[in-house]
Amino acid sequence: MKYWNFRLRLGLSILFFFLIIGFIFPLFHSGNVTEWNSYPSDLLPSSEHFLGTNSIGQDIFWLLCSSIRNSFLIGLFVAILATMIGVLLGLNAGLKGGAVDRVVMLIADTFIVIPSLPILILLGSLTKGSASLFLVGGVLVVFNWPWPARQVRSMCLTLRERDYISTARFSGESTFGILVKEIFPFVKDWSLGNFINTILVAIASESSLAVIGMSSNSNATLGTMIYWANQHQAMLAEKWLWIGAPVVSICLIFIGLFLFMTGQQQYSALRRGK
Amino acid sequence: MKFLKFLGSRLVTYVFTILVGMTIVFFIPRFMPSDPVESMLGQMMSKSSSMDPASVDAMRQTLNENFGLNGSLGEQYIGYMGRVIFTRDFGPSLTMYPVPVKDLIATSLPWTIGLLGISTVISWIIGNAIGLLAGIKKDKVYSKVLEGISICIYPIPYYIFALTLIMLFAYIIPIFPLSANFNVSGFSWENLKTIVWNSILPALSLILTGTGWWVISMMSLSRNTNEEDFVSFARIKGLKERRVISGYILPNTILPQITMLALQMGTIFNGALITEILFNYPGIGSLIYRGVLQADYNLIMGTITISIFAVATATLVVDLIYPFIDPRVRYN
Repeated sequence: MKYWNFRLRLGLSILFFFLIIGFIFPLFHSGNVTEWNSYPSDLLPSSEHFLGTNSIGQDIFWLLCSSIRNSFLIGLFVAILATMIGVLLGLNAGLKGGAVDRVVMLIADTFIVIPSLPILILLGSLTKGSASLFLVGGVLVVFNWPWPARQVRSMCLTLRERDYISTARFSGESTFGILVKEIFPFVKDWSLGNFINTILVAIASESSLAVIGMSSNSNATLGTMIYWANQHQAMLAEKWLWIGAPVVSICLIFIGLFLFMTGQQQYSALRRGK
Repeated sequence: MKFLKFLGSRLVTYVFTILVGMTIVFFIPRFMPSDPVESMLGQMMSKSSSMDPASVDAMRQTLNENFGLNGSLGEQYIGYMGRVIFTRDFGPSLTMYPVPVKDLIATSLPWTIGLLGISTVISWIIGNAIGLLAGIKKDKVYSKVLEGISICIYPIPYYIFALTLIMLFAYIIPIFPLSANFNVSGFSWENLKTIVWNSILPALSLILTGTGWWVISMMSLSRNTNEEDFVSFARIKGLKERRVISGYILPNTILPQITMLALQMGTIFNGALITEILFNYPGIGSLIYRGVLQADYNLIMGTITISIFAVATATLVVDLIYPFIDPRVRYN
């Protein structure tokens, strides 16, 4: 804690705040947040409805809590899988080289170039806006593993030539042992940063998709919240809380994630090996 | 030799990318739990009840053909790839029958290329210029302020900027039109003015989001280069600051930024799609969206294939600029 820099502290505080809203607050609310006409519509904020209700009779505050939770879950799901697949493939390609390397990198480069959103829109249009969040997450994994794979591979390529790796190899260490003990510690910090970035990218992609109504419209995510607000002309009707709450939350969550990521990189650069 | 090798590897990736992209587009409808053709027919029949079975059958036949659903999977695949690659034929648009999808794409593509090209170039130049200065003069107050601003801007997704700009400049302070109106034909200064006026908000939202990233990455690159020995040596040698920046720091920092531009092309394109849809801008993004809303599958397949093709080509072009700037790739 003592060595944490300003960015890391600020980023973590913002994230902590939203994680509490997303994962702790919903425990105090029973009932379906997405159900229409649960309450009278267009109520102003009060002690009963902290952010009021919207035009389709949902409580904005509780809807926001669940949306934040679901968005975080998508982000975590995609980030865990994509980082794991990417780091493993990258380490493998970098260490083995040759044909494995070339094939993995060709596939990675391909998925970096192909824009993911049109493919997601195609998927969304075939399922008519009722794709499961799981399916959307799965496609996002396919498009997000190449970044860590590329980076980890190039780190691996330079590490491979270092003397201490040869020493370990000549001492009889297995390839797997070298990977885990000698190379992974260097890749670890970068992977954590990439993990955070992938959460950001995944939440952003899902919500972009949701804003145009191509994700999972019946689930509450930050993107679908904006979608429904837009569908009911929240801006024209000047219902700023309805559309503003998810927009402000997304901005703050993303700034928090980004500060955490860059702060963590500064932190690990200064404290490497300690 | 080195250049040929570079060119070869880029071309292989390019061709492979397009093939994989088309393969994904080909297979996704086949992995769907419901048959898209049947669900489309169902939707059409629910819209108009007066369809006789013969014409439904004829339509099913056309749809199957357009999706390439006749014959074995292998035959379908080869047929589809051949049709798209050699004749660039995506069939007629289903909702605007019999206008070919090809023509619809041809009218929208220039709009997207224009918006995307101009805003990407502007944000790349502005972002790198700001990042370079802020990275070299890192202790100045304005550098810190610029860094702070770009950190707040960069992670925010495209659609938030689009929505915020619409909120601010179309609802609260109504300067710009609520939804873009590009109903102009032919060239005249008046039409050009309309187009530019209507494009300002979409372009601004793309530029704002783009610039943040270039500032951040350029700042850290130039900060690191600034501390290198050869830069210190150039300063000690008594070279003017302008010469140190243009001859020593800039060439070493601009190369990774070009590679980065090539890598970011897909992401930038995704952003442009969302921006177009939210602003009702008449490009490929809106065309995809129209296809989706009207369940026009030929249009969706065509526009998505073209998107992949366009992004892959743009990436290739940016990649091929690289040897003109990096002598290490050019000679040797």
